[in-house]
Amino acid sequence: MDLLEYQGKQLFARHGVPVPEGKPAQTVEQAVAAANEIGYPCVIKAQVQIGGRGKAGGIKIAQDESEARAHAEAILGMDIRGLTVRELWVEGASDIDAEYYASVIFDRSAKAPLVMLSTKGGMDIEQVADEDPESIARLHVDPLVGFQAFHGRRLCFEAGVADDVVRGVGAMLAKLYDLFVAEDATLVEVNPLIVTPGREVKALDAKVTLDDNALFRHPDSAELRDLSKEDPQERMAKERGLIYVKLDGDVGILGNGAGLVMSTLDVVAQAGGQPANFLDAGGGAKAEAITSAVEVILSNPKVKAVLFNIFGGITRGEEVARGLIEAFDQIKPQVPFVVRLDGTNSEEGRRMLQEANLPNVVSETTMDGAAQKVVELAKAA
Amino acid sequence: MSILVDQGTRLCVSGITGREGTFHSLRNRDYGTQVVSGVTPGKGGQDVDGVPVFNTFHEAVAATGANTAMIFVPPRFAADSILEAEDAGIELIVAITEGIPAHDELRVYTTIQKNGRARLIGPNCPGILSPGKANVGIIPAAFFKEGNVGVVSRSGTLTYQIGNVLAQRGFGNSTIVGIGGDPVPGSDFIDILALFEADSETELIVMCGEIGGDAEERAAEFVADRVTKPVVAYIAGFTAPPGKTMGHAGAIVSGSQGTAAAKAEALEAKGVRVGRTPTQVADVVASLLGAETAGTLP
Repeated sequence: MDLLEYQGKQLFARHGVPVPEGKPAQTVEQAVAAANEIGYPCVIKAQVQIGGRGKAGGIKIAQDESEARAHAEAILGMDIRGLTVRELWVEGASDIDAEYYASVIFDRSAKAPLVMLSTKGGMDIEQVADEDPESIARLHVDPLVGFQAFHGRRLCFEAGVADDVVRGVGAMLAKLYDLFVAEDATLVEVNPLIVTPGREVKALDAKVTLDDNALFRHPDSAELRDLSKEDPQERMAKERGLIYVKLDGDVGILGNGAGLVMSTLDVVAQAGGQPANFLDAGGGAKAEAITSAVEVILSNPKVKAVLFNIFGGITRGEEVARGLIEAFDQIKPQVPFVVRLDGTNSEEGRRMLQEANLPNVVSETTMDGAAQKVVELAKAA
Repeated sequence: MSILVDQGTRLCVSGITGREGTFHSLRNRDYGTQVVSGVTPGKGGQDVDGVPVFNTFHEAVAATGANTAMIFVPPRFAADSILEAEDAGIELIVAITEGIPAHDELRVYTTIQKNGRARLIGPNCPGILSPGKANVGIIPAAFFKEGNVGVVSRSGTLTYQIGNVLAQRGFGNSTIVGIGGDPVPGSDFIDILALFEADSETELIVMCGEIGGDAEERAAEFVADRVTKPVVAYIAGFTAPPGKTMGHAGAIVSGSQGTAAAKAEALEAKGVRVGRTPTQVADVVASLLGAETAGTLP
């Protein structure tokens, strides 16, 4: 899960990474109260997980209460590249002498954490990597050894950090690495990491991604929300323990196994259709899970037709059929279904579906045929 | 021949007394795999349908000569169990468990690499099947028969889908290896490609990739440099939006990294044929092997 800036900064503060003092706000009044408490000048920042907030007008400096109020009113509810701003972060303005970049990422290719440091902070790091790759110092850390002080020194000297802050930047890198491991993060990025005229080192932004598989170890983090991103179908699916990703199209999709579902989306797209969702019913799905999944898929009003693509390994055809029959009984869907059942007990499942004689359900024997059929039906709807 | 598992496999199952562990252990045994022992701390001395259970891997190895481990315990215990099997001298560890924290996988991977004694397959994988010889994991063996096509895949059900299409056209498999859908797999495409290249039974290799990471791109380089056998690939996730995890923890397009299009392009640039649908993969395999084995096509 991706954290909002302020959630990341609160995590930073807990791990001793210096950040400006700040407070979150969900209303104009809360923002003004926070600004008054922090003092002026302060910065009002839109909390959405997308780059270019500043350019879009989502980050403003307030010199007094009336400016704080005006900025908070303007930014709350603003649309930034498709996301609606629901939360603000108000923090004390910082004097900046230099802007650096620092990150710890989970390098899948090298299968090791990668720490990066650059003195070219405050801009898009992918652009820096393209234009001036030499300006980014990089170092892989052995996870069994951990981040040592010498790692910090090497990165600082290689990146060309000002001599008088080598110690401070090195210490911050060590803390960021500790946070990366302790919080089960897969990304910790600070851009910019600033040096103040008083030679203090501070994280002015925070981008943190946590490993969903490790949330059982971090109950506090598991509770964090991003109101700007919450989607009713995705929330409903999560509550039911289903793996669901909402997409833009109109063909609802259910399959078993992540790879097969991804492949089903592709085959539907190749047949000229647009998938409305990814839904993996998982291995060994029982009838109740199938019924529940149908409900989630159909709760998206854009869905015009639904494709079931099941290749049963541990999942059994008759369970899928029973779930679908139950779903029709409970929900009485108004859109057509195409069902392709193959693998374990698929004959039994197909027989049950035939006997149930559900309205608007077409059976297909191949994945390609099923994809073509569902696209046809969605277009006719 | 085949790779990784065969009649010489002596399997010890961690978590054999759990519901899923019991079910699949006995299914593997029914298939002909030698399931020699199980490990569940605190249940040493019991048995699961005649398979003796031990408290530790060390005891199980000493008493039953296990050389392969299958890990079926819940995610929070899995890293510990894999490291225990490695410490006990098990050579091949197959981790079925889904949902292990990435940092745990990193520690396990690094430890196994450093010690250099064991090979890890998975986690979050369906296991390994050498048709007619041994099945270690949850692959439904009924859909596969013996043959000369080696399969290596990041996905379970997709493998069944492709294997089934191949079987319908009369092709069988030397071995099917699920390397799993996690960000830090114990073995990568290149590790398995090297084994298939050296296996006399395997004449063609099918690799099934998906979005996320760069394992397919690295495999493309490896195929060009080191693999003489034909390789046919499939990549899932062309329609996956960036930034969304598509079911498997490792299946995510990050920014512009890890897209299906980039992977397909990298493979094709190195001469690997990429099928755009599972059916197309079978078509390509049929055209390549049909021509080679029968020698009848012009």
